[in-house]
Amino acid sequence: MVASDTAWKHPSPRLRSLRRAQVAVLALIVAAVGGLLAGFAFGPGPGAGVAVAAILAGALADRFVQRRVRAWAYCERAEDLLVRRGVLITRLSVVPYGRMQFVDVVAGPIARSFGLATVRMHTAAAASDARIPGLEQAEADRLRDQLSALGEAKAAGL
Amino acid sequence: MLVPLLFVAFYAISSGNLGRGVGGTIVRLVALPIVLLFAVISWWVTRWRIEGDALRIETGLIRRRSLRFPLTQIQAIDTVRPALARVLGLAELRLRMGGATGSQGRLAYLSLPHADTLRGQLLALAHGIPIDTAPPPEQVLLSVRTDRLLASIALSRLGVVTVVLLAGAVISLVVAPRVAVGVIGGSGTAILGLVTAFWRRLNSDYGLTVAEAGDGLRLRSGLIDTAAETIPRGRVQAVRMIEPLLWRPFGWCRVEVDVAGRQKSRGENRSESRELRAVLPVGSHAEAAWLLGRLLPDAPSATTPAPPRARYKAPLRYHFLAWGWTDTCAVATSGRLARVTSWVPLGKIQSLRRVQGPLQRRLRLATIHLDTAGRRVGASLLDRDVDEADRALGELTELSRAARKTRQAGGTPVIPPAPA
Repeated sequence: MVASDTAWKHPSPRLRSLRRAQVAVLALIVAAVGGLLAGFAFGPGPGAGVAVAAILAGALADRFVQRRVRAWAYCERAEDLLVRRGVLITRLSVVPYGRMQFVDVVAGPIARSFGLATVRMHTAAAASDARIPGLEQAEADRLRDQLSALGEAKAAGL
Repeated sequence: MLVPLLFVAFYAISSGNLGRGVGGTIVRLVALPIVLLFAVISWWVTRWRIEGDALRIETGLIRRRSLRFPLTQIQAIDTVRPALARVLGLAELRLRMGGATGSQGRLAYLSLPHADTLRGQLLALAHGIPIDTAPPPEQVLLSVRTDRLLASIALSRLGVVTVVLLAGAVISLVVAPRVAVGVIGGSGTAILGLVTAFWRRLNSDYGLTVAEAGDGLRLRSGLIDTAAETIPRGRVQAVRMIEPLLWRPFGWCRVEVDVAGRQKSRGENRSESRELRAVLPVGSHAEAAWLLGRLLPDAPSATTPAPPRARYKAPLRYHFLAWGWTDTCAVATSGRLARVTSWVPLGKIQSLRRVQGPLQRRLRLATIHLDTAGRRVGASLLDRDVDEADRALGELTELSRAARKTRQAGGTPVIPPAPA
């Protein structure tokens, strides 16, 4: 890896709770709706079966999602930002500070209730993809200010 | 120096769209007075002037808009002349800026000498030299041969589709004439569309001449509607060479350049807007190599092939996978039927990405993408050995940073003089 010697930072541990809550709510809704439908159509036995299957699938999905969250990491180096993500398909982006066009911080209502935000870097290339989800609000603000300051200091023309 | 712009009355019908069908033409004739009125108003309310090192355009009747284009950030300037504008001796100037969206700088229409002078002035300002500097002499590098162009269009995907359709029509005429006549009669729009597509390709690449001047690369082309494009020095984001399967027996290839800032011209559909500007629509390898040398002086050739086990990951692409690099430029080849070679100046790289899928992990392969500004082209080093990919990622990151620094310190790269 490029930055084996440098320190990788990870998204907030609360992102894992957030993702777990999302998966749980989805699994419960699917279990309830699917269970009721199957229960009315085929009787209580199959209904309970469908509900249990949905919850098991949710538990499986949760493991997968947790691994994905754990895989997400970023690293601020002297000249560029590294963002690593993905379990099945691993991606590592190197975005030089000088190439950053703008940085935005997005926090949806659910993320906000967990005190989390997503930081996203944009370059002139549409394919560049550097986003870090689940940062604590303070860390997101710090990163945004840091990145825009560095971007301004090292800006290079197109 | 607030000058009202000269204006073409038939602005709307002259835009060179032949293939909108008969219905479209009727609609257009009915709509003509209305369009005319709008065009007159648009012309009447548009004012422009050069303010310091920026061009300001004020336009709009009800919603006034004031656009300011910093000239040092111009990516390219086009002079577009639809057929009727040529008859009337007029031209339209278009400024291409770096942003992915954003408003385009359009000045329609100016008299031709005025447009040429203005383009020279804008380019002078873009390079930071006095506005009244005489335009540098230009030197023609290459022009495309018409016979070759026609042959190449016939041998393109478009030509193949046409041949297949024609063959289908002939066979069905022989087998079941009555049905065939109905089908052919009913597919009038499709035929018209095909003719239009042919026409567009021919018109956009006809007589394409690449010239080099001190202020950049000039591309001139067009049969009826002409366009002249100026790409200032150091604005080329990537160069791509395509060798389609059917062209290979003749040793032909197509060379395209990518410039930041996408501008959809009128009547362009989506697949065409993704196509890049050809600097050599069709030419021999020698011509391509020479042109490449002028565009990117230090262009390497792709010499390192992919490891043999990449065959399992990309069986159709494997034979074309290779890459190479120097201190200032990287190149990668790929493609299934057509070989596509992409050169990216390292100073233009926006970001680097290393991607590894499950199959690649098993085969110990990885892909490195070099992203550039522009139309989503960049070089991709597909399916390299993991160690090699990691090394390449580290080294290319360093080299691109160094290239960015020298470019900022030393200004624009010097173009070597053309051979006699």
